[in-house]
Amino acid sequence: MIADIVTIAWKEYKDFLLQRGGRGMLTSLALMVVVFGVFLPLQSGRSWVESPVSLVSWVWLPLFLVTGMIADSFAGERERHTLETLLASRLSDRAILLGKMAAAIGYALGMTVLFLIVGLITVNVTNWDGQLLLYPAASLVAMLGFGGLAAVLVAGLGVLVSLRAATVRQAAQSLSVGILILVWVPFMIMLFLPRDVQQRLLAILQTLDTRLIVAVLLVALLVLDTVVVGLAMVRFQRTRLILD
Amino acid sequence: MDYAVETQGLTRSFGPLVAVDAIDLQVPRGTIFGFLGPNGAGKTTTIRLLLGLLEPTAGSARVLGYDTQTQADRIRQHSGALLEHSGIYERLSAEDNLEFYGRVWHIPAGERKARIKELLTHLGLWERRKEIAGSWSRGMKQKLAVARALLHRPSLVFLDEPTAGLDPVAAAALRDDLAALVAEEGVTVFLTTHNLAEAEKLCRLIGVIRQGRLLAIGSPDSLRSSVMHPRLEITGRGFNEQVIAAIKARPEVASLQAQDGHLIIDLRANLEVAPLVSLLVNAGVEIEEVCKQKASLEEAFLTLMEMEK
Repeated sequence: MIADIVTIAWKEYKDFLLQRGGRGMLTSLALMVVVFGVFLPLQSGRSWVESPVSLVSWVWLPLFLVTGMIADSFAGERERHTLETLLASRLSDRAILLGKMAAAIGYALGMTVLFLIVGLITVNVTNWDGQLLLYPAASLVAMLGFGGLAAVLVAGLGVLVSLRAATVRQAAQSLSVGILILVWVPFMIMLFLPRDVQQRLLAILQTLDTRLIVAVLLVALLVLDTVVVGLAMVRFQRTRLILD
Repeated sequence: MDYAVETQGLTRSFGPLVAVDAIDLQVPRGTIFGFLGPNGAGKTTTIRLLLGLLEPTAGSARVLGYDTQTQADRIRQHSGALLEHSGIYERLSAEDNLEFYGRVWHIPAGERKARIKELLTHLGLWERRKEIAGSWSRGMKQKLAVARALLHRPSLVFLDEPTAGLDPVAAAALRDDLAALVAEEGVTVFLTTHNLAEAEKLCRLIGVIRQGRLLAIGSPDSLRSSVMHPRLEITGRGFNEQVIAAIKARPEVASLQAQDGHLIIDLRANLEVAPLVSLLVNAGVEIEEVCKQKASLEEAFLTLMEMEK
């Protein structure tokens, strides 16, 4: 099973990186590294590394990276007429599904870690005062924990969307809109709440233990992940896919 | 007898449409079986049922001894398939396409490399293995898909119209490669096609399907003779009324037409024609040419289609 998941992920990476002739995709990836690993850290200076809020605020990044790859997973195979041949192979439904999800999550987390490392180097080089600057451990763990679990959630949702979408474009659009709503709607609601309600909510939040909030959110994400991945497993059945 | 494919009343409906209608089929191991039928006859649905990609509405099927509903994973493990579309990953190179499926079938690395080289060399694609498959012609992609289907040395290969959409030269080349590879590997082939020449050239056993129903099954020869009797055409001089009456009276003669020094005789069965020729010679007919014609598979197929209308 593990070998099959790795095989699917290997194919997904090759297929994904060779989009637009390979060179175009590598240019896009390099551009992202420049923006998130060099340009933004240069703009933020030392606070890019030292501020715990700065780091955690980048939790959304893996979500968008997952979206790019997972939308292509099944809708792309269907659009390019390769899905049926894959389904006619000896691979189990579960290996195909988990292989595709693992590839997308691995790509998102891998790129995020790369941005963080390049950002760290950039900030240290441009702000060197004889002491190495490092990300706060708790923020780093929270960012990767939330980012990882959120990436699993989006990958699961992405599979469900990609299985139903007729084209990759349609899948990508649906997912992007969904994530925008997921990320921005809570902020927008907060912004438009009456000032006294906002103050009361903030007062309640300040009385709560931060570690407790983080733990509760992590558990909630974990439960959501389990439900969504479970749904994806139920939905992903050869006999149903052929009929789609 | 050991059958690679065995179905009993295999049926699949999509709402009111019966795509496969109570098919009883037996394909012995090591046979190249041709499944003939017009577009929409139910050929692709049958393959999907046999591979366990679809569940039957009624009936059952066993492929390589495994039940399609409960042991489909075993069937797919021992089968190869070239389905309606070639299924080639067009962004990957030809070599990577085979590398991927080699890994899927857990072929050890060394053996995988050797097998890929063997197949691509056989199909004349080895020198171009590093090229992106999407840049290839349709014929080359189909050849690559054939290589992929045979990569793991399956016991049974499903080929769904492998030469569809190819120009005649590419189709003939693929047919030759396919015949040579299949003979070399000794696999059972389940081939769907509506190309009758292809079926005639490759298949030892043929099934004819229309609107989901299996109309006939047998060797190409038996199919021909089951729907159309052999015809004898004799050219010569001296076909008088007495001779014609004598010939008509023979039990093996179904009908006879005489026109300008030609006798066209439809025989009741594929019998010896020497007694008829002797009769003509003894009656003083000067024979120039005797030609025994069999119905082509195309004629047999068309007759079957007409009979079912």
